[in-house]
Amino acid sequence: MAAGQSAVEARGISKVFPGGVKALDDVSVTIRENEFFTLLGPSGCGKTTLLRLIAGFEFPSAGEILLHGLDIAHLPPDRRPVNTVFQHYALFPHMTVAENVGFGLRMQGRPKGEIDRAVDQALALVKMADYGARRPSQLSGGQQQRVAFARAIAPRPQVLLLDEPLSALDLKLRQAMRGELKTLQRETGITFIFVTHDQEEALTMSDRIAVMSAGKIQQIGAPLDIYESPVNHFVADFIGDSNFIEGAIDTIKGDAAVVKTPDGIAIAARMNGPHKAGDRIAVALRPEKILLGAGKLKGEVREAVYLGTSTSYVIALGRAVTLSVREANDLSGKARFAVGDTVKLDIPAGAARMLAD
Amino acid sequence: MLRSTTSNWFGVAPAWLVIGIFGLLPMFIMLAISFMVQDPYGGVEWGFSTEAYVQFLFERDLDDSLILNTIYVNIVARSIGLAAMTTILCLIIGLPVAYFIARQPEDKRNLYMLLITIPFWTNLLIRTYAWILILTRNGVVDARLQWFGFEPGTFDLLYTNTAIFIGLVYSYLPFMVLPLYASLEKMDFRLIEAASDLYASKWQAARHVIIPLARPGIVAGSLLVFIPSIGAFIAPELLGGGKRMMLGSLIYFQFATARNWPFGAAVSILLMAFVMIALLVYARAAKGQGLPAGGH
Repeated sequence: MAAGQSAVEARGISKVFPGGVKALDDVSVTIRENEFFTLLGPSGCGKTTLLRLIAGFEFPSAGEILLHGLDIAHLPPDRRPVNTVFQHYALFPHMTVAENVGFGLRMQGRPKGEIDRAVDQALALVKMADYGARRPSQLSGGQQQRVAFARAIAPRPQVLLLDEPLSALDLKLRQAMRGELKTLQRETGITFIFVTHDQEEALTMSDRIAVMSAGKIQQIGAPLDIYESPVNHFVADFIGDSNFIEGAIDTIKGDAAVVKTPDGIAIAARMNGPHKAGDRIAVALRPEKILLGAGKLKGEVREAVYLGTSTSYVIALGRAVTLSVREANDLSGKARFAVGDTVKLDIPAGAARMLAD
Repeated sequence: MLRSTTSNWFGVAPAWLVIGIFGLLPMFIMLAISFMVQDPYGGVEWGFSTEAYVQFLFERDLDDSLILNTIYVNIVARSIGLAAMTTILCLIIGLPVAYFIARQPEDKRNLYMLLITIPFWTNLLIRTYAWILILTRNGVVDARLQWFGFEPGTFDLLYTNTAIFIGLVYSYLPFMVLPLYASLEKMDFRLIEAASDLYASKWQAARHVIIPLARPGIVAGSLLVFIPSIGAFIAPELLGGGKRMMLGSLIYFQFATARNWPFGAAVSILLMAFVMIALLVYARAAKGQGLPAGGH
């Protein structure tokens, strides 16, 4: 099937748990063939519920889930060509690594020769070829993780679901596994749906990200779009750091507008949605997009925190607005400004983004 | 070194004392009695004799020649068969029950476990008498089924093998459920999700994941049911009416009525030997598979 075609399509999915908790509220999303798609959000946002609905561990209260056009919303998990990598691996402790990896194919009743070949292939893919005879309890966390991948990939599912699979690993290993996961996805050509609360994971691996909050999808887009053009407060705040500045639209010229704060600070911002002059509005501004040392605005350094590669400042503009600003350190590694300094600063056109809420 | 050895010895002395007095000593008394001579008025006379063990397999003809007598072997076989069937039925009923309880939220689990242990609050004898009322002619079962047009007495189950069977399963089911629950409760139920995600049907998940992981509980529960039911006395006597002799009744009969203590003791020793051999065979098989052996 050609890339770009839909692999999984959720249509108007709602999920209400017994007791009245609404985990998902009318969610629609299309995940394309061969895509590395990430569901990103804080805990309790519904991302894991959506994954479990696609896997078949839960059934939706309303809506359809289409897998390559067929509604699978009410099929049990064993009848969906979809496999899951679980957060805590869920390897079978009473089976060897090879038996674990071959489990799916065995349950499908495939011939033994085919199973053996698929197991060898899957273990080689995750660089665990020599570990087939071991038991899961004899492996480290990272190795168990690899076996869990191999087990989920061995039956060649149409879609692979990954439920925060890296969260139990330590930082270094987690970072190394990101690259491997991405490679794995490219090599197998399987559609990956990845759930995480870690924005860095989402930004580095995904083709597209759906940012979720309170049972709804807030924004869907490529990592660049999500980071550079957040649509609302939640997305701008959850992904990276943002300054939020409130004001009213002063003038509009095409895609560009000038927003004025109550004490008269003018900020150039990109338009987002149909607004007209005079509308009260909030803009989001990334700390690293603000330039220090030149410009029309003036502020006082209130805090300066050394972060290694960069320095983070808190700068007060007038009485009402404080901005957090991040500047890369120069060769000497020293910060350019100290607490108490008055600095000029510039907000380049296009740095600030108007929010929908 | 000496000091620590001595203090160790003192430390475990109470345990040895308990095992010695309550475990080993009665067993040795039984063993000794089994090799003594029968006193026709009960009790035993001093002297060594293997007569009791000979009697188990042979009958003495008038000319003192031995004739093979399979009555007692039959009783043993019948008791083993009944105990085995009881164990299997307890397992078939107990496994889903234990699984159901283990999957409940914690407060409900405790409630269900309490319900399972409630029968222990009353004496087994009294509970078995209650079964007589249930199973007898015009009893609870028979009378209710008469409403559906069955002749009175159609379901007069009392004093049948079925009644013994029902009584044994009823008596020992909790001993199956408790260890099964203990091993299922520790199980990670995400493994079942993983199995169904990997195309296992419910039955396949039970066979390939739940049962292997519940194995220590299955083994412990089977032993706890099999061993007491092989020598059970109350259910065969009250519900079976003692019509078909079982091992427990046979031993009781030798001590109480037949006043043949050596023979009663010999049958007890043989029963114990059989159970021990069965345990050893299991322990060896379990070791080969890296499974927990017995109580460990």
